[in-house]
Amino acid sequence: MTHSVAELAAVLATALFILSLYWMNDPKTARHGVTAGVTGMLVAVLATWIQPAIVHHGWILLAIVAGFMVGVPLSLVPLTAVPQRTALSHAFGGLAAGLVGTAEYFLGLTENPAQLTTFRTSAIVAEVILGFLTFTGSLMAAGKLQEVKWIPQRPVTYPGQNVVNIGVLLGAVALGVLVVVHPIAAWSGQAFYAIVGLAVLFGVLLIIPIGGADMPTVISILNSYAGLSAVAMGFVLGNKLLVTAGALDGSSGLILSIIMCRAMNRSFGNVLFGAFGTVQKTVATGEQKAWKQETVEGAAQLLEQASLVVVIPGYGMAVAQAQHKVRELYDQLTKRGITVKFAIHPVAGRMPGHMNVLLAEANIPYTALAEMDDINPEMPQCDVALVIGANDVVNPAARYAKGSPIYGMPIIDADKAKTVLAIKRSKNPGFAGIDNELYVQDNTWMLFGDAKAVVGELVKQLAGGGGLH
Amino acid sequence: MIVGFLTLQAAPAEAVPVDYWSMVFVFVLATFIGLGVIRRVSRLLYTPLMSLTNAISAIAVVGSIVVTGADYPQVIRLLGAVALFASMTNIVSGFLITDRMLKMFKKQ
Repeated sequence: MTHSVAELAAVLATALFILSLYWMNDPKTARHGVTAGVTGMLVAVLATWIQPAIVHHGWILLAIVAGFMVGVPLSLVPLTAVPQRTALSHAFGGLAAGLVGTAEYFLGLTENPAQLTTFRTSAIVAEVILGFLTFTGSLMAAGKLQEVKWIPQRPVTYPGQNVVNIGVLLGAVALGVLVVVHPIAAWSGQAFYAIVGLAVLFGVLLIIPIGGADMPTVISILNSYAGLSAVAMGFVLGNKLLVTAGALDGSSGLILSIIMCRAMNRSFGNVLFGAFGTVQKTVATGEQKAWKQETVEGAAQLLEQASLVVVIPGYGMAVAQAQHKVRELYDQLTKRGITVKFAIHPVAGRMPGHMNVLLAEANIPYTALAEMDDINPEMPQCDVALVIGANDVVNPAARYAKGSPIYGMPIIDADKAKTVLAIKRSKNPGFAGIDNELYVQDNTWMLFGDAKAVVGELVKQLAGGGGLH
Repeated sequence: MIVGFLTLQAAPAEAVPVDYWSMVFVFVLATFIGLGVIRRVSRLLYTPLMSLTNAISAIAVVGSIVVTGADYPQVIRLLGAVALFASMTNIVSGFLITDRMLKMFKKQ
Protein backbone atom coordinates (compact mmCIF):
# COMPACT_ATOMS: atom_id res chain seq x y z
CA MET A 1 0.00 0.00 0.00
CA THR A 2 2.62 2.54 1.05
CA HIS A 3 4.66 1.51 -1.95
CA SER A 4 1.84 2.41 -4.30
CA VAL A 5 1.54 5.71 -2.50
CA ALA A 6 5.23 6.35 -3.11
CA GLU A 7 4.88 5.45 -6.79
CA LEU A 8 1.88 7.72 -7.21
CA ALA A 9 3.66 10.54 -5.38
CA ALA A 10 6.70 10.17 -7.63
CA VAL A 11 4.57 10.42 -10.78
CA LEU A 12 2.73 13.44 -9.40
CA ALA A 13 5.97 15.16 -8.34
CA THR A 14 7.53 14.53 -11.76
CA ALA A 15 4.57 16.14 -13.50
CA LEU A 16 4.65 19.11 -11.13
CA PHE A 17 8.39 19.64 -11.66
CA ILE A 18 7.99 19.67 -15.44
CA LEU A 19 5.08 22.11 -15.17
CA SER A 20 7.14 24.22 -12.82
CA LEU A 21 9.85 24.67 -15.44
CA TYR A 22 7.26 25.10 -18.19
CA TRP A 23 5.77 28.11 -16.40
CA MET A 24 9.15 29.80 -16.39
CA ASN A 25 8.64 30.63 -20.08
CA ASP A 26 6.96 33.91 -19.12
CA PRO A 27 7.52 36.26 -16.19
CA LYS A 28 3.72 36.46 -15.83
CA THR A 29 3.31 32.77 -15.00
CA ALA A 30 6.71 32.13 -13.46
CA ARG A 31 5.57 32.33 -9.85
CA HIS A 32 3.14 29.45 -10.43
CA GLY A 33 6.29 27.51 -11.21
CA VAL A 34 7.50 27.97 -7.66
CA THR A 35 4.15 26.84 -6.24
CA ALA A 36 4.22 23.73 -8.42
CA GLY A 37 7.81 22.97 -7.42
CA VAL A 38 7.11 23.32 -3.71
CA THR A 39 4.00 21.14 -3.97
CA GLY A 40 5.89 18.44 -5.84
CA MET A 41 8.63 18.52 -3.24
CA LEU A 42 6.20 18.25 -0.30
CA VAL A 43 4.36 15.33 -1.89
CA ALA A 44 7.59 13.44 -2.59
CA VAL A 45 9.10 14.04 0.86
CA LEU A 46 5.96 13.03 2.74
CA ALA A 47 5.46 9.91 0.62
CA THR A 48 9.04 8.85 1.37
CA TRP A 49 8.86 9.63 5.03
CA ILE A 50 5.80 7.41 5.66
CA GLN A 51 7.51 4.33 4.19
CA PRO A 52 7.76 1.43 6.68
CA ALA A 53 11.53 1.21 6.12
CA ILE A 54 11.93 4.58 7.87
CA VAL A 55 12.16 3.71 11.53
CA HIS A 56 14.28 6.52 12.98
CA HIS A 57 12.83 10.00 12.83
CA GLY A 58 14.95 12.08 15.21
CA TRP A 59 17.87 12.82 12.89
CA ILE A 60 15.56 13.44 9.96
CA LEU A 61 13.70 16.13 11.90
CA LEU A 62 16.95 17.59 13.17
CA ALA A 63 18.46 17.81 9.68
CA ILE A 64 15.30 19.40 8.30
CA VAL A 65 15.27 22.03 11.04
CA ALA A 66 18.97 22.74 10.46
CA GLY A 67 18.28 22.99 6.72
CA PHE A 68 15.68 25.67 7.40
CA MET A 69 18.00 27.55 9.76
CA VAL A 70 20.70 27.80 7.11
CA GLY A 71 18.43 27.97 4.07
CA VAL A 72 16.28 30.92 5.12
CA PRO A 73 19.19 33.36 5.67
CA LEU A 74 20.78 32.11 2.43
CA SER A 75 17.65 33.10 0.54
CA LEU A 76 17.87 36.66 1.84
CA VAL A 77 21.29 37.59 0.48
CA PRO A 78 21.56 40.80 -1.57
CA LEU A 79 20.99 40.16 -5.26
CA THR A 80 24.56 41.05 -6.13
CA ALA A 81 25.54 37.97 -4.08
CA VAL A 82 23.18 35.61 -5.91
CA PRO A 83 25.99 34.07 -8.02
CA GLN A 84 27.89 32.90 -4.94
CA ARG A 85 24.69 31.63 -3.31
CA THR A 86 24.00 29.66 -6.46
CA ALA A 87 27.52 28.22 -6.49
CA LEU A 88 27.12 27.32 -2.82
CA SER A 89 23.87 25.48 -3.52
CA HIS A 90 25.59 23.48 -6.27
CA ALA A 91 28.19 22.60 -3.64
CA PHE A 92 25.48 21.38 -1.25
CA GLY A 93 23.87 19.35 -4.03
CA GLY A 94 27.20 17.72 -4.87
CA LEU A 95 27.94 17.03 -1.21
CA ALA A 96 24.57 15.33 -0.68
CA ALA A 97 25.15 13.07 -3.68
CA GLY A 98 28.72 12.28 -2.63
CA LEU A 99 27.73 11.40 0.92
CA VAL A 100 24.78 9.22 -0.05
CA GLY A 101 26.99 7.41 -2.55
CA THR A 102 29.63 6.81 0.12
CA ALA A 103 26.98 5.59 2.56
CA GLU A 104 25.53 3.21 -0.01
CA TYR A 105 28.92 1.77 -0.88
CA PHE A 106 29.95 1.04 2.68
CA LEU A 107 26.50 -0.27 3.45
CA GLY A 108 26.99 -2.77 0.65
CA LEU A 109 30.55 -3.57 1.71
CA THR A 110 29.74 -4.23 5.37
CA GLU A 111 26.11 -5.42 5.36
CA ASN A 112 25.03 -6.66 1.99
CA PRO A 113 27.70 -7.41 -0.64
CA ALA A 114 25.04 -8.74 -3.04
CA GLN A 115 23.94 -5.10 -3.51
CA LEU A 116 27.23 -4.19 -5.14
CA THR A 117 26.40 -5.38 -8.62
CA THR A 118 28.42 -4.06 -11.55
CA PHE A 119 25.71 -1.63 -12.62
CA ARG A 120 25.04 -0.34 -9.13
CA THR A 121 28.70 0.01 -8.19
CA SER A 122 29.34 1.90 -11.43
CA ALA A 123 26.50 4.25 -10.54
CA ILE A 124 27.91 4.70 -7.02
CA VAL A 125 31.37 5.52 -8.38
CA ALA A 126 29.92 8.01 -10.89
CA GLU A 127 27.82 9.57 -8.16
CA VAL A 128 30.74 9.95 -5.79
CA ILE A 129 33.16 11.37 -8.39
CA LEU A 130 30.59 13.83 -9.78
CA GLY A 131 29.27 14.71 -6.34
CA PHE A 132 32.60 15.46 -4.67
CA LEU A 133 34.14 17.29 -7.61
CA THR A 134 31.01 19.44 -7.82
CA PHE A 135 31.25 20.01 -4.07
CA THR A 136 34.80 21.38 -3.96
CA GLY A 137 34.63 22.99 -7.42
CA SER A 138 31.51 24.92 -6.48
CA LEU A 139 32.94 25.88 -3.09
CA MET A 140 35.98 27.31 -4.88
CA ALA A 141 33.75 29.16 -7.35
CA ALA A 142 31.66 30.55 -4.50
CA GLY A 143 34.84 31.62 -2.71
CA LYS A 144 36.15 33.40 -5.78
CA LEU A 145 32.82 35.17 -6.33
CA GLN A 146 32.61 36.18 -2.68
CA GLU A 147 36.23 37.36 -2.96
CA VAL A 148 37.32 35.31 0.03
CA LYS A 149 40.84 36.41 0.94
CA TRP A 150 42.73 33.12 0.84
CA ILE A 151 41.32 32.08 -2.55
CA PRO A 152 43.18 33.80 -5.37
CA GLN A 153 40.82 35.87 -7.55
CA ARG A 154 43.09 35.90 -10.56
CA PRO A 155 43.41 32.72 -12.55
CA VAL A 156 46.30 30.60 -11.21
CA THR A 157 48.20 28.73 -13.87
CA TYR A 158 51.40 26.72 -13.99
CA PRO A 159 53.15 24.66 -16.64
CA GLY A 160 51.64 21.24 -17.18
CA GLN A 161 48.43 22.22 -15.40
CA ASN A 162 46.15 20.43 -17.81
CA VAL A 163 48.24 17.26 -17.65
CA VAL A 164 47.99 17.30 -13.84
CA ASN A 165 44.23 17.95 -13.88
CA ILE A 166 43.44 15.27 -16.41
CA GLY A 167 45.83 12.89 -14.62
CA VAL A 168 43.96 13.36 -11.33
CA LEU A 169 40.59 12.75 -13.00
CA LEU A 170 41.86 9.69 -14.88
CA GLY A 171 43.32 8.36 -11.63
CA ALA A 172 39.92 8.61 -9.97
CA VAL A 173 38.20 6.94 -12.92
CA ALA A 174 40.80 4.14 -13.08
CA LEU A 175 40.39 3.41 -9.37
CA GLY A 176 36.65 3.51 -9.96
CA VAL A 177 36.92 0.82 -12.61
CA LEU A 178 39.00 -1.31 -10.21
CA VAL A 179 36.36 -0.94 -7.49
CA VAL A 180 33.59 -1.83 -9.94
CA VAL A 181 35.44 -4.99 -10.98
CA HIS A 182 36.39 -5.93 -7.41
CA PRO A 183 33.75 -4.29 -5.22
CA ILE A 184 34.41 -6.36 -2.12
CA ALA A 185 38.16 -7.07 -2.20
CA ALA A 186 40.16 -6.43 0.97
CA TRP A 187 41.55 -3.19 -0.46
CA SER A 188 38.35 -1.91 -2.08
CA GLY A 189 37.42 0.28 0.88
CA GLN A 190 40.79 2.07 0.73
CA ALA A 191 40.50 2.45 -3.03
CA PHE A 192 37.08 4.02 -2.51
CA TYR A 193 38.53 6.58 -0.09
CA ALA A 194 41.19 7.38 -2.68
CA ILE A 195 38.48 7.99 -5.29
CA VAL A 196 36.79 10.44 -2.93
CA GLY A 197 40.11 12.17 -2.28
CA LEU A 198 40.98 12.51 -5.95
CA ALA A 199 37.51 13.84 -6.81
CA VAL A 200 37.78 16.42 -4.02
CA LEU A 201 41.20 17.44 -5.33
CA PHE A 202 40.04 17.57 -8.94
CA GLY A 203 37.23 19.98 -8.07
CA VAL A 204 39.74 22.42 -6.56
CA LEU A 205 42.24 22.10 -9.41
CA LEU A 206 39.51 22.59 -12.00
CA ILE A 207 38.46 26.00 -10.69
CA ILE A 208 41.88 27.45 -9.75
CA PRO A 209 42.68 28.62 -13.32
CA ILE A 210 39.29 30.26 -13.88
CA GLY A 211 38.73 34.00 -13.76
CA GLY A 212 35.74 36.21 -13.03
CA ALA A 213 34.53 36.73 -16.60
CA ASP A 214 34.21 32.96 -17.11
CA MET A 215 32.04 32.51 -14.04
CA PRO A 216 28.70 32.51 -15.93
CA THR A 217 29.88 29.51 -17.94
CA VAL A 218 31.51 27.72 -15.03
CA ILE A 219 28.44 28.10 -12.80
CA SER A 220 26.30 26.67 -15.59
CA ILE A 221 28.63 23.70 -16.05
CA LEU A 222 28.67 23.02 -12.30
CA ASN A 223 24.86 23.26 -12.38
CA SER A 224 24.88 20.50 -14.95
CA TYR A 225 27.24 18.34 -12.87
CA ALA A 226 25.08 18.80 -9.78
CA GLY A 227 22.10 17.57 -11.79
CA LEU A 228 24.02 14.58 -13.14
CA SER A 229 25.17 13.60 -9.65
CA ALA A 230 21.50 13.54 -8.62
CA VAL A 231 20.79 11.31 -11.62
CA ALA A 232 23.56 8.95 -10.53
CA MET A 233 22.06 8.90 -7.05
CA GLY A 234 18.73 7.96 -8.64
CA PHE A 235 20.40 4.99 -10.36
CA VAL A 236 22.01 3.89 -7.10
CA LEU A 237 18.77 4.05 -5.13
CA GLY A 238 16.61 2.80 -7.98
CA ASN A 239 14.51 5.94 -7.74
CA LYS A 240 12.97 7.27 -10.96
CA LEU A 241 11.87 10.58 -9.48
CA LEU A 242 15.48 11.38 -8.64
CA VAL A 243 16.59 10.43 -12.14
CA THR A 244 13.93 12.68 -13.67
CA ALA A 245 14.56 15.72 -11.46
CA GLY A 246 18.32 15.34 -11.86
CA ALA A 247 17.94 15.12 -15.64
CA LEU A 248 15.86 18.31 -15.68
CA ASP A 249 18.54 20.10 -13.67
CA GLY A 250 21.31 18.64 -15.79
CA SER A 251 19.74 19.65 -19.08
CA SER A 252 19.06 23.14 -17.76
CA GLY A 253 22.73 23.50 -16.83
CA LEU A 254 23.72 22.13 -20.23
CA ILE A 255 21.59 24.60 -22.18
CA LEU A 256 22.80 27.53 -20.12
CA SER A 257 26.43 26.42 -20.58
CA ILE A 258 25.97 26.26 -24.34
CA ILE A 259 24.36 29.71 -24.43
CA MET A 260 27.16 31.17 -22.29
CA CYS A 261 29.87 29.53 -24.40
CA ARG A 262 28.31 30.83 -27.59
CA ALA A 263 28.07 34.30 -26.12
CA MET A 264 31.82 34.22 -25.57
CA ASN A 265 32.66 32.34 -28.76
CA ARG A 266 34.44 29.66 -26.75
CA SER A 267 34.15 25.93 -26.34
CA PHE A 268 33.59 24.02 -23.08
CA GLY A 269 37.12 22.70 -23.18
CA ASN A 270 38.49 26.15 -23.76
CA VAL A 271 36.68 27.55 -20.72
CA LEU A 272 37.76 24.72 -18.42
CA PHE A 273 41.29 24.27 -19.70
CA GLY A 274 42.04 27.54 -21.47
CA ALA A 275 42.78 29.77 -18.45
CA PHE A 276 41.23 32.86 -19.96
CA GLY A 277 42.68 36.15 -18.83
CA THR A 278 46.24 35.03 -18.23
CA VAL A 279 47.52 34.79 -21.75
CA GLN A 280 47.36 38.45 -22.54
CA LYS A 281 49.39 38.94 -25.60
CA THR A 282 48.45 42.56 -25.86
CA VAL A 283 48.35 43.42 -29.50
CA ALA A 284 50.70 46.31 -30.03
CA THR A 285 48.49 49.22 -30.93
CA GLY A 286 50.01 51.75 -33.30
CA GLU A 287 49.27 55.17 -31.97
CA GLN A 288 47.31 55.58 -28.81
CA LYS A 289 44.28 57.71 -29.48
CA ALA A 290 43.17 59.98 -26.68
CA TRP A 291 40.00 59.80 -24.60
CA LYS A 292 37.56 62.64 -24.89
CA GLN A 293 36.10 63.47 -21.54
CA GLU A 294 32.63 64.90 -21.11
CA THR A 295 31.19 66.86 -18.20
CA VAL A 296 28.06 65.71 -16.41
CA GLU A 297 26.25 68.82 -17.69
CA GLY A 298 27.17 68.04 -21.27
CA ALA A 299 26.18 64.39 -20.90
CA ALA A 300 22.84 65.34 -19.38
CA GLN A 301 22.17 67.63 -22.32
CA LEU A 302 23.01 64.89 -24.80
CA LEU A 303 20.59 62.55 -23.05
CA GLU A 304 17.84 65.18 -22.93
CA GLN A 305 17.99 65.74 -26.66
CA ALA A 306 17.84 62.03 -27.53
CA SER A 307 14.72 60.17 -28.53
CA LEU A 308 16.15 56.66 -28.11
CA VAL A 309 18.64 55.91 -25.32
CA VAL A 310 20.09 52.41 -24.96
CA VAL A 311 21.72 51.63 -21.61
CA ILE A 312 24.33 48.86 -21.69
CA PRO A 313 25.00 47.64 -18.15
CA GLY A 314 27.87 45.40 -17.12
CA TYR A 315 29.29 43.89 -13.96
CA GLY A 316 30.70 47.32 -13.05
CA MET A 317 27.15 48.53 -12.47
CA ALA A 318 26.56 45.72 -9.99
CA VAL A 319 29.86 46.32 -8.20
CA ALA A 320 29.04 50.02 -7.78
CA GLN A 321 25.46 49.14 -6.71
CA ALA A 322 24.33 51.73 -9.25
CA GLN A 323 21.10 50.02 -10.36
CA HIS A 324 18.82 52.16 -8.20
CA LYS A 325 20.35 55.37 -9.53
CA VAL A 326 19.96 53.93 -13.03
CA ARG A 327 16.27 53.52 -12.28
CA GLU A 328 16.06 57.23 -11.34
CA LEU A 329 17.76 58.11 -14.60
CA TYR A 330 15.28 55.89 -16.42
CA ASP A 331 12.42 57.79 -14.74
CA GLN A 332 13.87 61.19 -15.62
CA LEU A 333 14.28 60.26 -19.27
CA THR A 334 10.96 58.43 -19.79
CA LYS A 335 9.21 61.40 -18.15
CA ARG A 336 10.47 63.46 -21.06
CA GLY A 337 9.05 61.03 -23.59
CA ILE A 338 12.45 59.53 -24.37
CA THR A 339 12.46 55.80 -25.10
CA VAL A 340 14.94 54.01 -22.83
CA LYS A 341 15.98 50.41 -23.43
CA PHE A 342 18.46 48.19 -21.66
CA ALA A 343 20.69 46.03 -23.83
CA ILE A 344 21.64 42.85 -21.97
CA HIS A 345 24.58 40.76 -23.14
CA PRO A 346 24.16 37.07 -22.22
CA VAL A 347 27.40 37.02 -20.22
CA ALA A 348 27.04 40.42 -18.56
CA GLY A 349 27.44 39.91 -14.82
CA ARG A 350 28.66 36.84 -12.99
CA MET A 351 25.93 34.34 -13.83
CA PRO A 352 23.30 33.84 -16.55
CA GLY A 353 20.56 36.46 -16.26
CA HIS A 354 22.31 38.38 -13.48
CA MET A 355 21.72 41.84 -14.99
CA ASN A 356 18.00 41.21 -15.52
CA VAL A 357 17.54 40.37 -11.85
CA LEU A 358 19.49 43.42 -10.67
CA LEU A 359 17.49 45.75 -12.93
CA ALA A 360 14.21 44.11 -11.95
CA GLU A 361 15.13 44.65 -8.30
CA ALA A 362 15.50 48.36 -9.06
CA ASN A 363 11.91 48.29 -10.38
CA ILE A 364 12.79 48.69 -14.02
CA PRO A 365 9.95 47.02 -15.97
CA TYR A 366 11.11 43.88 -17.76
CA THR A 367 9.56 45.15 -20.97
CA ALA A 368 12.42 47.68 -21.15
CA LEU A 369 15.06 44.91 -21.10
CA ALA A 370 16.23 43.75 -24.52
CA GLU A 371 18.41 40.84 -25.54
CA MET A 372 21.57 41.49 -27.55
CA ASP A 373 20.15 39.96 -30.76
CA ASP A 374 16.99 42.04 -30.54
CA ILE A 375 18.63 45.37 -29.83
CA ASN A 376 21.56 45.23 -32.25
CA PRO A 377 19.50 45.98 -35.41
CA GLU A 378 18.17 49.07 -33.60
CA MET A 379 21.55 50.45 -32.61
CA PRO A 380 22.05 52.69 -35.70
CA GLN A 381 18.84 54.52 -34.73
CA CYS A 382 19.98 54.92 -31.15
CA ASP A 383 20.86 58.52 -30.25
CA VAL A 384 22.84 57.80 -27.12
CA ALA A 385 24.32 54.48 -26.06
CA LEU A 386 25.08 54.76 -22.34
CA VAL A 387 27.66 52.17 -21.28
CA ILE A 388 27.66 51.59 -17.52
CA GLY A 389 30.40 49.35 -16.19
CA ALA A 390 30.49 47.15 -19.29
CA ASN A 391 33.68 46.73 -21.28
CA ASP A 392 34.50 43.59 -23.24
CA VAL A 393 30.88 43.08 -24.36
CA VAL A 394 30.99 46.37 -26.30
CA ASN A 395 34.55 46.13 -27.62
CA PRO A 396 34.53 46.35 -31.45
CA ALA A 397 37.89 44.51 -31.48
CA ALA A 398 35.86 41.31 -31.03
CA ARG A 399 34.79 41.67 -34.66
CA TYR A 400 38.20 41.70 -36.31
CA ALA A 401 41.23 41.57 -33.95
CA LYS A 402 42.31 37.98 -34.55
CA GLY A 403 44.95 37.90 -31.83
CA SER A 404 42.58 39.15 -29.16
CA PRO A 405 41.15 36.73 -26.55
CA ILE A 406 37.69 38.12 -27.23
CA TYR A 407 37.90 37.69 -31.02
CA GLY A 408 34.67 36.31 -32.44
CA MET A 409 32.62 37.03 -29.34
CA PRO A 410 29.24 38.53 -30.28
CA ILE A 411 28.98 42.07 -28.92
CA ILE A 412 26.38 44.76 -28.42
CA ASP A 413 26.90 47.24 -31.26
CA ALA A 414 27.31 50.30 -29.06
CA ASP A 415 29.77 51.75 -31.57
CA LYS A 416 27.00 52.04 -34.17
CA ALA A 417 24.96 54.45 -32.04
CA LYS A 418 25.03 58.13 -32.99
CA THR A 419 26.72 59.05 -29.73
CA VAL A 420 28.30 56.88 -27.07
CA LEU A 421 28.59 57.88 -23.42
CA ALA A 422 30.75 55.52 -21.37
CA ILE A 423 30.96 55.59 -17.59
CA LYS A 424 34.18 54.01 -16.46
CA ARG A 425 35.74 53.75 -13.04
CA SER A 426 39.35 54.14 -14.05
CA LYS A 427 41.44 54.55 -17.16
CA ASN A 428 42.76 50.97 -16.89
CA PRO A 429 41.84 48.43 -19.55
CA GLY A 430 39.10 45.90 -18.78
CA PHE A 431 39.26 42.41 -17.37
CA ALA A 432 40.93 40.81 -20.34
CA GLY A 433 43.58 43.50 -20.40
CA ILE A 434 42.52 44.58 -23.85
CA ASP A 435 42.25 48.19 -24.97
CA ASN A 436 38.74 49.12 -25.89
CA GLU A 437 38.72 51.29 -28.95
CA LEU A 438 35.06 52.12 -28.45
CA TYR A 439 36.32 54.60 -25.86
CA VAL A 440 38.48 56.50 -28.32
CA GLN A 441 35.96 56.59 -31.17
CA ASP A 442 35.13 60.01 -32.61
CA ASN A 443 31.56 59.90 -31.30
CA THR A 444 32.41 58.57 -27.83
CA TRP A 445 32.53 60.69 -24.71
CA MET A 446 33.91 59.37 -21.44
CA LEU A 447 32.61 60.01 -17.93
CA PHE A 448 35.18 58.86 -15.40
CA GLY A 449 34.16 57.94 -11.88
CA ASP A 450 32.16 55.54 -9.74
CA ALA A 451 29.06 54.45 -11.69
CA LYS A 452 26.70 55.17 -8.82
CA ALA A 453 28.10 58.67 -8.25
CA VAL A 454 28.18 59.60 -11.94
CA VAL A 455 24.64 58.37 -12.66
CA GLY A 456 23.48 60.13 -9.48
CA GLU A 457 24.91 63.41 -10.73
CA LEU A 458 23.29 62.91 -14.13
CA VAL A 459 19.95 62.43 -12.38
CA LYS A 460 20.50 65.58 -10.29
CA GLN A 461 21.35 67.54 -13.41
CA LEU A 462 18.26 66.31 -15.25
CA ALA A 463 15.98 66.90 -12.27
CA GLY A 464 17.38 70.36 -11.57
CA GLY A 465 17.49 71.54 -15.15
CA GLY A 466 13.95 70.32 -15.73
CA GLY A 467 14.60 70.32 -19.45
CA LEU A 468 13.78 74.03 -19.76
CA HIS A 469 16.82 75.21 -21.61
CA MET B 1 4.50 -10.79 -0.26
CA ILE B 2 2.69 -8.18 -2.31
CA VAL B 3 5.74 -6.01 -1.81
CA GLY B 4 7.72 -8.45 -3.90
CA PHE B 5 5.84 -7.43 -7.01
CA LEU B 6 6.46 -3.76 -6.45
CA THR B 7 10.12 -3.81 -7.14
CA LEU B 8 10.45 -0.08 -7.53
CA GLN B 9 11.32 2.28 -4.70
CA ALA B 10 12.12 -0.55 -2.34
CA ALA B 11 14.45 0.28 0.52
CA PRO B 12 18.01 -0.41 -0.62
CA ALA B 13 18.75 -2.88 2.15
CA GLU B 14 16.34 -5.41 0.68
CA ALA B 15 17.95 -7.16 -2.24
CA VAL B 16 15.20 -6.29 -4.67
CA PRO B 17 16.28 -6.35 -8.32
CA VAL B 18 15.98 -2.92 -9.89
CA ASP B 19 15.26 -2.74 -13.58
CA TYR B 20 18.21 -0.57 -14.54
CA TRP B 21 17.38 -0.41 -18.20
CA SER B 22 14.06 1.18 -17.48
CA MET B 23 15.96 3.74 -15.35
CA VAL B 24 18.21 4.55 -18.29
CA PHE B 25 15.07 4.85 -20.40
CA VAL B 26 13.59 7.34 -17.93
CA PHE B 27 16.84 9.29 -17.87
CA VAL B 28 16.98 9.68 -21.64
CA LEU B 29 13.33 10.71 -21.93
CA ALA B 30 13.60 13.14 -19.02
CA THR B 31 16.66 14.75 -20.56
CA PHE B 32 14.80 15.36 -23.81
CA ILE B 33 11.81 16.79 -21.95
CA GLY B 34 14.22 18.96 -19.97
CA LEU B 35 15.92 20.27 -23.10
CA GLY B 36 12.55 21.01 -24.70
CA VAL B 37 11.11 22.82 -21.70
CA ILE B 38 14.24 24.75 -20.74
CA ARG B 39 14.74 25.99 -24.29
CA ARG B 40 11.44 27.86 -23.97
CA VAL B 41 12.33 29.54 -20.67
CA SER B 42 12.34 33.34 -20.90
CA ARG B 43 15.87 34.69 -21.24
CA LEU B 44 14.98 37.27 -18.62
CA LEU B 45 14.64 34.54 -16.04
CA TYR B 46 17.87 32.56 -16.28
CA THR B 47 19.01 33.45 -12.78
CA PRO B 48 15.73 32.37 -11.10
CA LEU B 49 15.70 29.33 -13.43
CA MET B 50 19.00 28.22 -11.99
CA SER B 51 17.86 28.56 -8.39
CA LEU B 52 14.59 26.79 -9.23
CA THR B 53 16.22 23.79 -10.94
CA ASN B 54 18.61 23.69 -8.03
CA ALA B 55 15.78 23.41 -5.54
CA ILE B 56 14.07 20.79 -7.70
CA SER B 57 17.16 18.60 -8.01
CA ALA B 58 17.42 18.74 -4.22
CA ILE B 59 14.69 16.08 -4.46
CA ALA B 60 17.78 14.01 -3.68
CA VAL B 61 16.48 14.62 -0.18
CA VAL B 62 14.27 11.53 -0.56
CA GLY B 63 17.41 9.41 -0.92
CA SER B 64 18.90 10.98 2.18
CA ILE B 65 15.70 10.38 4.15
CA VAL B 66 15.91 6.66 3.39
CA VAL B 67 19.59 6.46 4.38
CA THR B 68 19.05 8.50 7.56
CA GLY B 69 15.85 6.86 8.71
CA ALA B 70 16.33 3.18 7.88
CA ASP B 71 17.69 0.63 10.30
CA TYR B 72 21.34 1.07 9.29
CA PRO B 73 24.58 1.42 11.30
CA GLN B 74 24.98 4.83 12.95
CA VAL B 75 27.91 5.97 10.80
CA ILE B 76 25.91 5.38 7.63
CA ARG B 77 22.91 7.19 9.04
CA LEU B 78 25.12 10.10 10.06
CA LEU B 79 26.33 10.48 6.47
CA GLY B 80 22.70 10.42 5.42
CA ALA B 81 21.77 13.11 7.94
CA VAL B 82 24.48 15.48 6.70
CA ALA B 83 23.32 14.87 3.11
CA LEU B 84 19.74 15.47 4.23
CA PHE B 85 20.76 18.79 5.77
CA ALA B 86 22.57 19.85 2.59
CA SER B 87 19.59 19.00 0.36
CA MET B 88 17.13 20.65 2.74
CA THR B 89 19.18 23.84 2.67
CA ASN B 90 18.93 23.84 -1.11
CA ILE B 91 15.19 23.22 -1.09
CA VAL B 92 14.47 26.02 1.39
CA SER B 93 16.86 28.66 0.04
CA GLY B 94 16.26 27.67 -3.59
CA PHE B 95 12.49 28.04 -3.60
CA LEU B 96 12.50 31.12 -1.37
CA ILE B 97 15.06 33.07 -3.39
CA THR B 98 13.43 32.06 -6.69
CA ASP B 99 10.13 33.47 -5.52
CA ARG B 100 11.82 36.56 -4.14
CA MET B 101 13.45 37.27 -7.51
CA LEU B 102 10.36 36.48 -9.58
CA LYS B 103 8.30 38.92 -7.53
CA MET B 104 10.57 41.68 -8.79
CA PHE B 105 9.82 41.17 -12.47
CA LYS B 106 7.05 43.66 -13.19
CA LYS B 107 5.62 44.88 -16.44
CA GLN B 108 5.09 48.44 -15.26
